[in-house]
Amino acid sequence: MHKGSNTNRRQFLGLAGGAAVLGAVPVVTLRPAEATPAMLATAIRNVVGAAVVRTGKVKLDVPPLVENGNTVPMTVSVSNPMTQDDHVKSIHVFNEKNPQPNIGNFYLGPRAGRAQISTRIRLADSQKIVAIAHLSDGSFWSVSADVVVTLAACTDEVI
Amino acid sequence: MASALINVPKVAKRGEIIEIKTLMSHIMETGYRRTAEGEIVPRDIITSFTCRFNGAEIFRADLFPAIAANPFITFFTIATDSGKFEFEWIGDKGFAETASASISVE
Repeated sequence: MHKGSNTNRRQFLGLAGGAAVLGAVPVVTLRPAEATPAMLATAIRNVVGAAVVRTGKVKLDVPPLVENGNTVPMTVSVSNPMTQDDHVKSIHVFNEKNPQPNIGNFYLGPRAGRAQISTRIRLADSQKIVAIAHLSDGSFWSVSADVVVTLAACTDEVI
Repeated sequence: MASALINVPKVAKRGEIIEIKTLMSHIMETGYRRTAEGEIVPRDIITSFTCRFNGAEIFRADLFPAIAANPFITFFTIATDSGKFEFEWIGDKGFAETASASISVE
C-alpha cells in the first residue's frame, strides 16, 4: 500500500510536470496581446502578395522618441510623380508590437497631386513602423523607422 | 455628438495642389482595454474614411485600432474645378457621419 501510493505520487508528479511543459510552450509562442514580427510579415504579405518589396522612395516621418504612445504624429510621403501613367495607388502602414500589425491603408490616385498623408497613431511599445507604397506599375517600396515610446498606449490604463 | 473639423482652402488656382485636413471626434476604443473588473471594453472605432469630389472618390482610408482617438487625416488633391468635397466616416456600432466643404477654383 505504501508502495502503491508512492507510485501514484510519482505518476502525479510526472503528469504535472508534463502538463507544465505543455502549458509553458503556448505561453512562450502565443503572446496574445502583442503582434509579433511574424504577424507583421504576414500582414505585409497580405497586402503585397508575392511581389518583391524594395527599399526606397518612401519617407516616414515619426518622432524618434515619443513621450505618449496614445497619439503619435506620423507623415508618410512618396517621392514619385502623380501622373496618369505613373502614380502611387496606395500607402500601407504597419507596426511590429501593437496587438494588431495594421495601422492604416490609404488609397490615393493620380488626382492627389502629391503622395503624402498624415495622421496620428497609437503605439503600445517601442517598436519598428513600416510604410509600404504601391505604385501604379505594380511595384512596392518600403521604409521603416524605429520609435522609442516612454508611455505606452492601451496597457496600464484601466477605465 | 460627433463633430467634424474640415480644413479646405476656399479659393484655389486651377491645377494647384491643395492640402485637405480632416478631424472627426471619436473615442476610437481599441477593444484591448479592460475595465477595473477585468472585462474587455468592446471595440468601437471608425473603420473607413472616404473623400469624394463632385461625387467621384479621390481619397479613401481603412483605419485600425492603432489610429489615435479623434482621427486626424490629411492628404492632398489637385484643384481641378469649383465644386464640393464630401467626407464620410463609417465605423463600429453603426457610426456614420458626413461633412462637406466647397471650393471655388479660378
